[in-house]
Amino acid sequence: MSRTSIPLGGVRSGRFVALDKRPVNLDGFVDEAPDLGFVAMHSPHDPPAGLHLENGRVVELDSRERDEFDLIDLFIADQAIDIAVATEAMAISSLDFARWMVDPAVPATELRRLAAGLTPARAVEILNHLNVVELMMAAQKLRARRTPSNQAHVTNAKDEPALIAADAASATLAGFREVETTVAVARDAPANAVALLIGSQSVVGGAISQCAVEERTELLLGLRGLTSYAETVSNYGTEAVFLDGDDTPWSKAFLASAYTSRGLKLRFTSGSGVEVLMANAEGRSMLYLEARCLAMTRGSGVQGVQNGGIDGVAITGSVPGGARELMAENVLAMLWGLEVASGNDAMFSESETRRVARTMPQLLAGTDFICSGYGSIPRYDNMFGPSNWNADDLDDWLVLQRDFEVDGGLSPFAEDDVLAGRYRAARAVQDVFAELGLPPIADDSVHAAVVAHGSYDTPARAPEMGRAADAILERGITGIDVVTALAKRGYAEIADRVLRMLKQRLSGDYLQTAAILDPDFHVLSAVNDANDYAGPGTGYRLCGARRDQIVAIRQAVDPHQAPVVPLRWPRIGFSLVELGPASLGTDRGEVVIGLGPAFGRGLDRTLAGIDHGQVLWQILAGLEEQGAPVRLVRIWQTSDVAFIALAAAKLSGSGIGVGIQSKGTTVIHHRSLPPLSNLELFSVAPLMTPEHYRSIGRNAAKYARNEHPEPVLVDHLGEAIEPRYHTKAAALHLIETKAVTSERAAELSVSFDGSAADDA
Amino acid sequence: MPEAPPPFDPRQDYPVSERRPDLVTTPAGIPLAAVTLEAVIAGEIGANDLRVTPEALERQAQISIAHGRPALATNFRRAVELTRVPDERLLEIYDALRPRRSTPEQLEEIAQEFEETYAAPLNAALVREAAVAYLRRGLLPNGN
Repeated sequence: MSRTSIPLGGVRSGRFVALDKRPVNLDGFVDEAPDLGFVAMHSPHDPPAGLHLENGRVVELDSRERDEFDLIDLFIADQAIDIAVATEAMAISSLDFARWMVDPAVPATELRRLAAGLTPARAVEILNHLNVVELMMAAQKLRARRTPSNQAHVTNAKDEPALIAADAASATLAGFREVETTVAVARDAPANAVALLIGSQSVVGGAISQCAVEERTELLLGLRGLTSYAETVSNYGTEAVFLDGDDTPWSKAFLASAYTSRGLKLRFTSGSGVEVLMANAEGRSMLYLEARCLAMTRGSGVQGVQNGGIDGVAITGSVPGGARELMAENVLAMLWGLEVASGNDAMFSESETRRVARTMPQLLAGTDFICSGYGSIPRYDNMFGPSNWNADDLDDWLVLQRDFEVDGGLSPFAEDDVLAGRYRAARAVQDVFAELGLPPIADDSVHAAVVAHGSYDTPARAPEMGRAADAILERGITGIDVVTALAKRGYAEIADRVLRMLKQRLSGDYLQTAAILDPDFHVLSAVNDANDYAGPGTGYRLCGARRDQIVAIRQAVDPHQAPVVPLRWPRIGFSLVELGPASLGTDRGEVVIGLGPAFGRGLDRTLAGIDHGQVLWQILAGLEEQGAPVRLVRIWQTSDVAFIALAAAKLSGSGIGVGIQSKGTTVIHHRSLPPLSNLELFSVAPLMTPEHYRSIGRNAAKYARNEHPEPVLVDHLGEAIEPRYHTKAAALHLIETKAVTSERAAELSVSFDGSAADDA
Repeated sequence: MPEAPPPFDPRQDYPVSERRPDLVTTPAGIPLAAVTLEAVIAGEIGANDLRVTPEALERQAQISIAHGRPALATNFRRAVELTRVPDERLLEIYDALRPRRSTPEQLEEIAQEFEETYAAPLNAALVREAAVAYLRRGLLPNGN
């Protein structure tokens, strides 16, 4: 038998067996295959960058002559490239340009001016010079609006209007400034739009609402005043895929102008990976194809884009550098002057780690909308498919904002406010449906919507509800009809907000780049809230009232107060009486127990939720079982468990002492040992049980008889003890340390109340 | 005699609804301040009143130029022209511009309609450009 090969047949590593089960290994990963477009930032088939002008016209674009232009090249050449700056811009080396993007001293306005003359391939070249940290630096400077914001999905599997309205109210309470719905069933679109409109204005005003459906229907809903913006106006990076989407760059540009002509805000949607999914990437890199989309968006005169890998994000994530590419495409959109709703929409991965990591660049740098669709509902209710972030992740999001002191657009919200808001929204939509003579929404649906986690908790869909949507469409119900209905039913405040939303169409102020409305319907956009980042000390900083709001998560406690620790075992009432200064013991078999200054005085339980009386009872019981004499002393001069135990040991006739802190940390010590050594140390107080303390008593007795007992073992299964308990430990230790005095150790007598607890 | 209102200044007058609300009206000329909940309940304001005017869009075009985003002006100015086109016709023209819906002749007719019926030269130009592109790329209705 060889000593260099494993002497067991066909074994598997236990580590690999465990790894194979991890969620990250459910994701799909592929080797780079540029011929198929499976490559993130650079393909050998990406055309060399170039631009040739003749008589003010583009005759060659990125190594392609005009007579070989496809639809996309034609549109970019004739609509997107700013001829006035093109020669100047293309003369700059890509490395210089990349450096300027990161350099805080180079103004964003200058970069945008020059970028207007860049071709897609040159833009890709520039971005390839930037690693992910540099991309974040560039984003911090280049994003359009100074104040970051966030968008929520609000949908459910039953297209239940009361639930949509309630969820819209919740979303606005959490701070989202855009809400997006879609449909479980296509026919329901108008009803969903109405429910979203009402719910989104029920508690907090100003969040703008969209209903993402087929292009023509979506435009119609906007024309009727049932929605306030559109987002899923998509373009694609190759001609074949664009045509498969039943549009051309010109039809999309026209559609954009149609929306604008009615005073409706819109953005285009692109995002990498889609061309690969549709089997027509022409061998180009994902970034290059996205650059073509963004150039078309610019050329259409559209103010913004949803990108960062939207429906194709899992394709982007399958290749090396995918997450870097997602940030790069956001940054390119910013460089080209566009508002960016930066992905974090479709779920990136089965792995919690990976899906959070994917979001960090946008969250930390700040974008116009960190998520172009945070799933504010449960995953199963998200009719777009589960989002990268979902309802149950909201506390994590709020904590991350607080951890890094960044503004991710959201704010802590209180349960009572959510319940009240959801009720108001659900009632309002119920009353509007009644006022408009639509199929009624049942009281059961309203009540269920208020407390529901999701649609699993609501009644079955009423069969006549589908007719509500039809009626809204056929009768030509408009936003003004909704306003009137709300007013007639006594919801003047909500009616006024919906009207103020409709009035946005009159001024057109919210059509500017990166516009949101604050709760008072004051517009914030790249015009009047321009990002002025120019290095440390400038730009948007989380401070003042906004910082106060973000850091005030409901879980934070005052560390001055004793922490809340629920009692997990029965109390044993006891009282301690000081008898006088403690003296050096002479009994060679005795054990001295030293109690910390706050034990049983003000503090009454350990971190494990064991009452101090129970702790004392158990240790004394263990010592008594072993027949060891025991003295109890109060150590006043230190709160440190090692020094408490050592002080007790030095008073002990056997040299054995047990030190107990109020929080439960315990040491068995010997007088001859260095202070920070010990015989046994119980440092993970939260994991201890009353039985452990009894065993400590037994072992202390045995040490006093010079025996070598088996150490008491406290099982630790790898729980996150520190994050869970350290703040409580610190608060308890602060209280105990405050109780320290210069008094000498005092002898104590203890008496336990009534009939003491039975043995466990 | 009351002073004439100051001229609109795209560099300073944004948000227009806050800085120059006097300039903002419905298509019928109702001032912004008169578009109230009371007026809606009284039936004085209908859905057709809540549409943007070409003047408002032109102001936003100038604002976008004044504030470093001139690319938006193209879209704003096409939109100015399209305010004159009824909803239904707008949707029809959008459909006509989608792939393989229209012959070059049909697109030319739309371009002329933009010019002659709607005084919309920018949109006419867009449609003509599309027609040239579609012809070059063979995007004709199936069967042609």
